[in-house]
Amino acid sequence: MIRDITIGQYYPADSILHRLDPRVKFIGTFLFLVSLFVADSFWGYLLATCFLAGIIALSKVPVKFMLKGLKPLFILLLITVIFNLFLIPGTVVWELGFLKITQEGITQAVKIGIRLVYLVIGSSVMTLTTTPNQLTDGLERIMKPLNKIKVPVHEISMMMSIALRFIPILMEETDKIMKAQMARGADFESGNLIQKAKSLIPLLVPLFISAFRRADDLAMAMEARCYHGGENRTQMKPLVYQGHDYGAYGVTLVYLAAEIVIRTVM
Amino acid sequence: MGIIKARKLKYDYIKYDENGQQQDCYTAVDQVDLDVSQGQFIAILGHNGSGKSTLAKHMNALLIPTEGSIWVDGRDTAAEPELWKIRQKAGMVFQNPDNQIIGTVVEEDVGFGPENMGVPTDAIWERVNKSLEAVGMTAYRHRSPNKLSGGQKQRVAIAGVMAMQPKCIILDEPTAMLDPNGRKEVLKAVHELNEKEGITVILITHYMEEVIDADRVFVMDQGHVVMQGTPREIFSKVEELKSYRLDVPQVTLLAWELKQAGVDLPDGILTTKELVNALCH
Repeated sequence: MIRDITIGQYYPADSILHRLDPRVKFIGTFLFLVSLFVADSFWGYLLATCFLAGIIALSKVPVKFMLKGLKPLFILLLITVIFNLFLIPGTVVWELGFLKITQEGITQAVKIGIRLVYLVIGSSVMTLTTTPNQLTDGLERIMKPLNKIKVPVHEISMMMSIALRFIPILMEETDKIMKAQMARGADFESGNLIQKAKSLIPLLVPLFISAFRRADDLAMAMEARCYHGGENRTQMKPLVYQGHDYGAYGVTLVYLAAEIVIRTVM
Repeated sequence: MGIIKARKLKYDYIKYDENGQQQDCYTAVDQVDLDVSQGQFIAILGHNGSGKSTLAKHMNALLIPTEGSIWVDGRDTAAEPELWKIRQKAGMVFQNPDNQIIGTVVEEDVGFGPENMGVPTDAIWERVNKSLEAVGMTAYRHRSPNKLSGGQKQRVAIAGVMAMQPKCIILDEPTAMLDPNGRKEVLKAVHELNEKEGITVILITHYMEEVIDADRVFVMDQGHVVMQGTPREIFSKVEELKSYRLDVPQVTLLAWELKQAGVDLPDGILTTKELVNALCH
């Protein structure tokens, strides 16, 4: 059961978006998020909607998957919208006791709602079309300048990719330990929250011990294969910008510029 | 000069208490002399705790001897400032397949060693292709290592070492966690590397069946090399092996017991075929 959990939600498909350089997708997503806060009028939002719809169509990922990402955020979304709806002062349109809805409140709530939804969909387009590995690679390259101020960029990205590789292994191990303990009468299902949490302790101790042992083994295996940090290291799959990557940058920048123009003109 | 040479090699595991004082000292390898020449297939046998893994880690400079010296391809491991240059000559495959695969995709894992050595990108691809081909894992190159069987994972690990183009591969109980099929797969791959590529193989194991084809066998007990010779020489001394808590292959044991019972048989029979021939001559 515990094995069904997947980290990262990559959706394998063959689209132009999947082939883009992860750096483009990273920076593009960031620019899209910026544009959402630039857009403030009906036309601005319309343009953002068109842009997002176009991207989704290009990604070949079913819209269903995009909306899935919204589910965990539903409550947060609801709270934000309700707060904005009731708490912004202005021209009152509807009143019941101490609750009042104002004209400004409605517009603000709608805006915030759209922004949040687009924000989540925009970033899930990135995670759905990029493998976790490409994401770490892309991050490493984007962060590279930080090396100058002594941030261990290569080491951080190495840790991230090792963590990604060991998640399924540790999941499997948890499952194994759980079953071994259930076979000896341990109970993980019943009781209240505190009892349940307590019953996890005998699960976590062996899991930690085995994780440390694995880490030790892995460190030795890495050393045996000549690993000595990031210096003088070459890459098997270096990131190189292709023509379509520059194109994607161009399209995103034109879109952002259009949003800024709409904002200043309207 | 041989690829690996050790003289009076000694290694102590020292345990310290909280104050950094020496508390306990355990000599894992003691007075070991070893000579391995290029292209040989060497097997090291020994019971648990006999010091065979410790010895293996010296050949790769993962451990540095407490006393004595070991030379790998002419370099003294204790005197070499850049240990990874030794590790590039003598690759190592470990017991647990899960804990030695670093990449999230098979081909990326095989490329890990060359990446560390600073090999240019094009050459890395060439090496990766060649190594995967050599262990017969080309068809799985885009898979996740988590979805492979134990034997396949070990073959990926071997390919990962091969991609560093070493002169020597040390395998530390590579089949201990595998099922019989996986063991066969891995041993076949190792033998092929030895025969086709001329790579020196040092196989550490406690499965007797795996050492029959070796050129030379070393038997270790309590840190010492207690027996050495060809498999036939070693396995003809059934009683001595038993005193080191080691078994002999079943056929050898059967032949030995028949001989004890008075049947006229030569010493050191290693395969079923040999026994059949000897009985029916």
